[in-house]
Amino acid sequence: MTDILIKNLPILVVLCPLMMSLIVVLIPNIFLSWLLTLASTFTAFIFSILLFQEVQIYSSISYALGNWAPPIGIEYVIDKVSIIPIIIITLIGFLTTIFSSKIMPNEVNETSISKVYSLWLLAIAGLIGLVTTGDAFNLFVFLEISSLASVALVAMGAEKDKQALVAAYNYLIIGAVGATLYVIGVGLLYGITGTLNMADLSERVIDLKNNKALIAGFGFMIVGIMVKAAVFPMHIWLPRAYAYAPSAVSVLLAATATKASLYILARILFSVFDISDSLIINTLSYVILPLSILAMFAGTIMAIYEKDIKRLLAHSSVAQIGYITLAFAIGTKASIAAGFIHMFNHALIKGALFMAITSISFYIQKRVTLNSLSGLGKTMPITFFCFVICSLSLAGLPLTAGFISKLYLIKASVSADGIWIALLILFSSALSVIYLWKMIEALWLQQPKKEILIKENPVIYISLLLITFLNIYFGLDASFIVDSSFEAAEKLVGVSK
Amino acid sequence: MISSTIGIWNYWIVFLLMMIGLFLVIGRKNFLKKIVGLTIFQTSVFLLYITFGKIKGGTPPILNNAMDTIYSNPLPHVLILTAIVVGVATTALGLSLVLRINSEYGSIEEDEISAQDLVDYHDQIETSKKIDTKFVQ
Repeated sequence: MTDILIKNLPILVVLCPLMMSLIVVLIPNIFLSWLLTLASTFTAFIFSILLFQEVQIYSSISYALGNWAPPIGIEYVIDKVSIIPIIIITLIGFLTTIFSSKIMPNEVNETSISKVYSLWLLAIAGLIGLVTTGDAFNLFVFLEISSLASVALVAMGAEKDKQALVAAYNYLIIGAVGATLYVIGVGLLYGITGTLNMADLSERVIDLKNNKALIAGFGFMIVGIMVKAAVFPMHIWLPRAYAYAPSAVSVLLAATATKASLYILARILFSVFDISDSLIINTLSYVILPLSILAMFAGTIMAIYEKDIKRLLAHSSVAQIGYITLAFAIGTKASIAAGFIHMFNHALIKGALFMAITSISFYIQKRVTLNSLSGLGKTMPITFFCFVICSLSLAGLPLTAGFISKLYLIKASVSADGIWIALLILFSSALSVIYLWKMIEALWLQQPKKEILIKENPVIYISLLLITFLNIYFGLDASFIVDSSFEAAEKLVGVSK
Repeated sequence: MISSTIGIWNYWIVFLLMMIGLFLVIGRKNFLKKIVGLTIFQTSVFLLYITFGKIKGGTPPILNNAMDTIYSNPLPHVLILTAIVVGVATTALGLSLVLRINSEYGSIEEDEISAQDLVDYHDQIETSKKIDTKFVQ
């Protein structure tokens, strides 16, 4: 029995939320639909832990869907690289589901709660599928499952603020154009190689160096994925979508959605194509590197001038995505590992910050702007404590998870002869302190505008405390994520580099 | 030269449709027209895939006893069937969002909607300031 379970884990981790989303939509009871969602996200998390153990033994698991052998049939691959985003998505999915129990009924009409949870599970299933699949076209299908579900989730914010509709619409249109560009790329690659399997593709593109259709296909794929990952000039959809979505949805999307796409970007760059190829080297140093540096500064500066807190955090996400793509662009083993470390840590940090802001908006019952924050630090000590810890983590202070990722990122860029890159990273981190300080100052040092008695609810702050604890834990003992990231980077770029 | 350029006229049509669609998505301010553009854009990709799969004189891929039959590749057709389904879902979601936007804003023109949003955004910041100053006094 357990044997069958272990053998089918790669598909079960996707199917568990996917099938449950079909059941949840039929359940009218709010509590029951939440409980089922919680159960299935928890099961998915357990499955991903089991998969992690399996990957430690076998290093790569291939699952032939419907028992059709890989190059022809669809293959699901779990290896040391893809296990990191799977753990991020299932862990954050589980924590945000706990968190959403009180938040969701506050913002969404009671009759549509079960539909929201159904979409919620669909989005999670899409993201997990995106990461597990080893088939380039199947990837597109999961890309669309997750993004259509996310668009519908963002649109659910319309009950509080009608701007959510426009945000969702822009997300849909830009996302659909991105996905279509990706399909054009896959089509061109299929046209010249005759295969859709990524492992097979990587063997066949070696003989096709300087083929114009190959270069065009690569370009289309990369741009399509960069739209989904919100890399700098294609990030326009992100701030509004995150700002106007229902708060619990913002937490889920901010922590997971772009991470899966960033993983796909890394996989196309380093696994399907080869990093020693001049095409990849040129793409990294002339396209992705400058865009990442622009993202770091543009995102941070936009965040400094923003007054709406959810938008501010979303702009800061754009900057943090810049750090991750920068790490990929440097292109050494150490820097790619640093990118994966930051991917994991940023999910924890941004998830926690959005959770803290959501808790505040739950108590004050309006949009959180800088003005409305003033003095709330004293009335909500636990939320404030978590907020400060995670802000420090975002800025990269020692003893927090953010420090570990900045440390490895800077170490990697210095050892790759990029002193000026390391200086730019330090400078933009210093800038990020400005917007973090603005919020902390408003929360703690300003006088409260009126006496509001707030009794913090343990149901809400338990997952906030949990994720803050993880932030500190991975700052003190980062061996888990550092080791697995280095293994992942080794798998991607080979032992020699 | 000329014959090879005209000979691949399928690709010219794909290219033309793709650019028309992308232009509509980027250039139009009307939300409905953007969706029309998106659909044209996606359709051009469908045509691209179908063109890949076609061989001159190819038959449908059905096994017969003659070994030298040339048949068209069925896989692109199957992929496009999936892509059409995804496209229909995207269009349906987009249209339902446009309906909701129209009922909330009374317009589907991007300029009018962003003007309304800007007013709302400033109202929010201003009213929160007003309330704040009142409490300080």
